Amino acid sequence: MKLFGTIFVSAVLIAAGTAAATEIPASERRSGYTFMAPDTQAIQDDDTANPGMLWVLDGESLWKKKAGAANKTCADCHSDATVSMKGVAARYPAFDKTLGRPVNLEQRVNLCRARHQEASPFAHESRDLLALSAFVAEQSRGMAIAPDKTAELQPFIAKGREFFMKRQGQLNLGCTNCHDDNWDKHLAGSAVTQALPTGYPIYRLEWQSMGSLQRRLRNCITGIRAQNFDYGAPELVELELYLMSRAAGMPIEAPAVRP
Amino acid sequence: MASALINVPKKAKRGDIIEIKTLMSHIMETGYRHTAAGQVIPRDIITSFTCRYNGEEIFRADLFPAIAANPFISFFTVATESGKFDFEWIGDNGFSETASATISVE
Repeated sequence: MKLFGTIFVSAVLIAAGTAAATEIPASERRSGYTFMAPDTQAIQDDDTANPGMLWVLDGESLWKKKAGAANKTCADCHSDATVSMKGVAARYPAFDKTLGRPVNLEQRVNLCRARHQEASPFAHESRDLLALSAFVAEQSRGMAIAPDKTAELQPFIAKGREFFMKRQGQLNLGCTNCHDDNWDKHLAGSAVTQALPTGYPIYRLEWQSMGSLQRRLRNCITGIRAQNFDYGAPELVELELYLMSRAAGMPIEAPAVRP
Repeated sequence: MASALINVPKKAKRGDIIEIKTLMSHIMETGYRHTAAGQVIPRDIITSFTCRYNGEEIFRADLFPAIAANPFISFFTVATESGKFDFEWIGDNGFSETASATISVE
């Protein structure tokens, strides 16, 4: 595996010397789903085989459960999630006026808990937080990703793009060097794919569990041996924003299954 | 918050071979892993799964640490009569979950 890695990295470095990174044209974009083996696709396609649906079910019961000092359920404010949460995951991360910066779906759940339920926030990557996010995201399944066009968000998307393009870490790689320039190749045995987050939170077979987009991003940052960010860091949210803008127009698959 | 997903056809013709699919929420901790501090994470797995068709046992499986989290078990049976499938998962630390599904056979 190490040998493959070295060959791949050198190939990237040579390629980068001759051609500058370019984003993937809209017509060539492919969901991570299309890179998977038919067996793995079958797990995602069948709602009674997709383990992500277990989190969705948990999220559905949490939606109706009272929490915090306010003793309110999510449904008390948002009523029927199948109506009120439709399309929400397709436009997140969104701009929060009070904080003056973008927040992702998980952060929104925790903000709602703090502001309206007066409850303590769920821990990052906890089962409850992933369950509620998965339940909300599932309401947008099949809808086209439609990033928020708010002008206030634009500088954050630009920062996310800058991060994506920037070389960093001991391997001196930018996200773009793999996901724009080499998405049709393999890194060791795995497809590189195009960095289009269409199905988060995902059930990842490698994790044996559900995980957020930030968990995936942190994996990649560790992979290039760069300084990592904490969950919820503004840099990760900006990167999420940029990635969702790359995937604009593609259908939401949440909860997706990935190898 | 354990939960199960069961897929049994609602209707079948008598004598049809039907597929039953079950998915149970469980971490399936192997007992072979260690924390960063070197302590063993205790085993926590489902050890047994059974399916009864109108009270009669038609399928049983023993589960071991090598089985993935959230075990997905699918098997076939012959639809003989209308009635109920009862599923039961038993595991470490007193884990015990049940689920059921009905079928109408014409």
